[in-house]
Amino acid sequence: MLDMTTNFDLAPLHAILEEYGSQKGTVIPILQRVQDAYGYLPKEILAEISKRTNIPLTQLMGVATFYTQFRLSPRGKHLIRVCDGTACHVSGAPHIVRAIEKEYDMPAGSSSPDLKYTLEVVYCVGACGLAPVVIVDDKVYGRLSPDAVLEKVRDV
Amino acid sequence: MSLLKSTDDLLSLRERAIYALGVRVPGASQPQFRNDVVVCGSTGCRSANSQQVLKALQAQIIQRELDKAVRVISTGCRGLCAVGPVMQIFPSGVFYNRVQITDVPEIVEQTLVGGKIIERLCFRDVAQNKRLAHYLDIPFYNRQLPIVLRNCGLIDPQNIEEYIATDGYLGLTKALELSPEEVIEIIKNSGLRGRGGAGFSTGIKWELCRRVAKQPKYVICNADEGDPGAFMDRSILEADPHSVIEGMVIAAYAIGAPLGYIYVRAEYPLAVIHLRRAIAQARAYGLLGENILGSGFSFDLHLKEGAGAFVCGEEMALIASVEGRRGEPRPKPPFPAVSGLWNRPTVVNNVKTYALTPRIILRGPEWFSSIGTSKSPGTAVFALTGKIRNTGLIEVPMGITLREIIYDIGGGIPKKRQFKAVQTGGPLGGCLPASALDTPVDFDSLTEAGATMGSGGMIVVDERTCMVEFAKYFLTFATAESCGKCVPCRIGGQRLLEVLTRITSGAGTPRDLDEIERISRNMREASLCALGQLTPGPVMSALRFFREEYEAHVYDKFCLAGVCKGLYELHVDADRCAGCGLCKKACSQDAISGNRKEPHVIDQLKCIQCGACVEACNLDAIVAQPRGKGVHAIAVA
Repeated sequence: MLDMTTNFDLAPLHAILEEYGSQKGTVIPILQRVQDAYGYLPKEILAEISKRTNIPLTQLMGVATFYTQFRLSPRGKHLIRVCDGTACHVSGAPHIVRAIEKEYDMPAGSSSPDLKYTLEVVYCVGACGLAPVVIVDDKVYGRLSPDAVLEKVRDV
Repeated sequence: MSLLKSTDDLLSLRERAIYALGVRVPGASQPQFRNDVVVCGSTGCRSANSQQVLKALQAQIIQRELDKAVRVISTGCRGLCAVGPVMQIFPSGVFYNRVQITDVPEIVEQTLVGGKIIERLCFRDVAQNKRLAHYLDIPFYNRQLPIVLRNCGLIDPQNIEEYIATDGYLGLTKALELSPEEVIEIIKNSGLRGRGGAGFSTGIKWELCRRVAKQPKYVICNADEGDPGAFMDRSILEADPHSVIEGMVIAAYAIGAPLGYIYVRAEYPLAVIHLRRAIAQARAYGLLGENILGSGFSFDLHLKEGAGAFVCGEEMALIASVEGRRGEPRPKPPFPAVSGLWNRPTVVNNVKTYALTPRIILRGPEWFSSIGTSKSPGTAVFALTGKIRNTGLIEVPMGITLREIIYDIGGGIPKKRQFKAVQTGGPLGGCLPASALDTPVDFDSLTEAGATMGSGGMIVVDERTCMVEFAKYFLTFATAESCGKCVPCRIGGQRLLEVLTRITSGAGTPRDLDEIERISRNMREASLCALGQLTPGPVMSALRFFREEYEAHVYDKFCLAGVCKGLYELHVDADRCAGCGLCKKACSQDAISGNRKEPHVIDQLKCIQCGACVEACNLDAIVAQPRGKGVHAIAVA
């Protein structure tokens, strides 16, 4: 079912909303599932959720903008996460972030202009023993210099 | 799988489960398997390829037709994350570290078949300069006292029967035979204080909640561990999820709650998987749900995944988030024990607090209060990270000194560098200098010394960490995570960050130091929740203990640690340089010259102060000096 006004397939959304029905306190899980299905939270979809659940759109936007997990714009093809937890920070994570930012012209938290990469700085992925840690898609790399990280990113 | 309808059902399952645990039980008789090999499958070791090692080991064992005699088990965190992947062989206790796939055939041939120890895979103790084969020989392990972590790295966290074999759910059976008031009395008498950081008496919290007449009541487990550099709660949930579930059922019984929630960070995917499976198993065995073990008490548990907001570790914000709203705190009182989730009485405790509960019920309050100090009984779990040799997860009796943790268990500072400070309590805690190393670790002593216990992050830094920049790092984090509801936290954090940014960029003035104190005081007094009140902690403690470093930034425009760009020059200390050339190789600017075995020189016109040479040097020969004092210095007008 392709909605002509939004250009989004609404079938996955409807399935999710059906599952949660009218239980209370389900805004966050609904948004999490919707983001999994669509890759991000398109405005049109948020409006549709509001229409169907009677939760005001302002409240949905409030939640979506509060939590860092939610994205309102699409993400690049490959996700680069640089850990800047304390252990990684004192082991040189800022050098790695700067190197990637410079190489691909994308400040932390944004995507490269060609939407090939998205760079996120995260706090502690719990692999402190490998500091500094970089996760490219789901592959974890530890104890690398900025140049070595750039090489891994290039080869992804 | 069997539905347990009574305590007797559990006890008879326990007998079978102990037998199934085989050689991992000391003195097991006629075990089915000659050897159990446990491979750490926690996030840390997984990142170092432990799962591939495990698969290779299983394949090799089948290929050699040893699968009737040797069993391989994927466990949770074994603690020594620094040297992962780690594995341990039972019953001998041989401990191998940094195991690679290529080592697997040799392990099978030499150790599992031949019974010999492969020395190069053993842990290398730097202090004694020798390799130690058995895990109990390793100072990292033999100085610890595992209660919360007793099953971590021993049992398969995805198999409820292995938990039952290690006295699992026995605490619950004992609690169900007592009245709820008696359970609360035991917890109160044990002196247990909440392990989330504030250290409030758990028994009193439960009692408060029990006395409120409103129904229904809720129990919540706060597993929103957000401190950078902290992974205690994650490791426990990954390695022994049933201990937390059992603790929650006991708490629910004590206060009379039919429903509970575990609020866990979504950034902990493995913990979420293990918890889901553990909850499903507990339900299938009748340890969650209607009429638990025939006692007439019913309780069910749900998982709530956080969505990435540090402030949700604050209990009121957490409750708002469970209700599906923005995670913003509200003023207290009323405390959640009186009015919490959906305005109903709610007990919120940390992962470690729940994990301790079944042990206290089982072994009695006197046992627990005999461990640790009189005001902080029991043990403390820490994630030991930063510039320390044995990065990892530890559990120690309260009252142990910071020095014992850092040097005896942690193995000291690598690269022959000097200890500079230890940060406890994460971004809302404080740092302590070398002069405080003999401070006993407990709730009150740490607070008195100028830091906090926090929930268990312990980060060690050496002399290459700039304390101004370090404080700025924590402040950047706390400010970004401010929910924005109250002004002192939202604006105060920003202003404080601006001051520190000025100082680290060389534009600081003497007035800025007073400004830090003024803003900090206001934030502490006027913020709504602990996040705002404690945000100035790292800055204030750094200013208290490392004031000269702040003053050097302000007056001399010099960063001794060589971290703040533009406030230092890098020079080679000719006395220490051995001319190995490692720095030259690391330099991307060709700024370093020198012949082999002769002291090298850094060309200040080419140097961009990236610090690559500092990291590359093993002799600590590259040092920061104030600008303009070097040989090739540019004259500063």
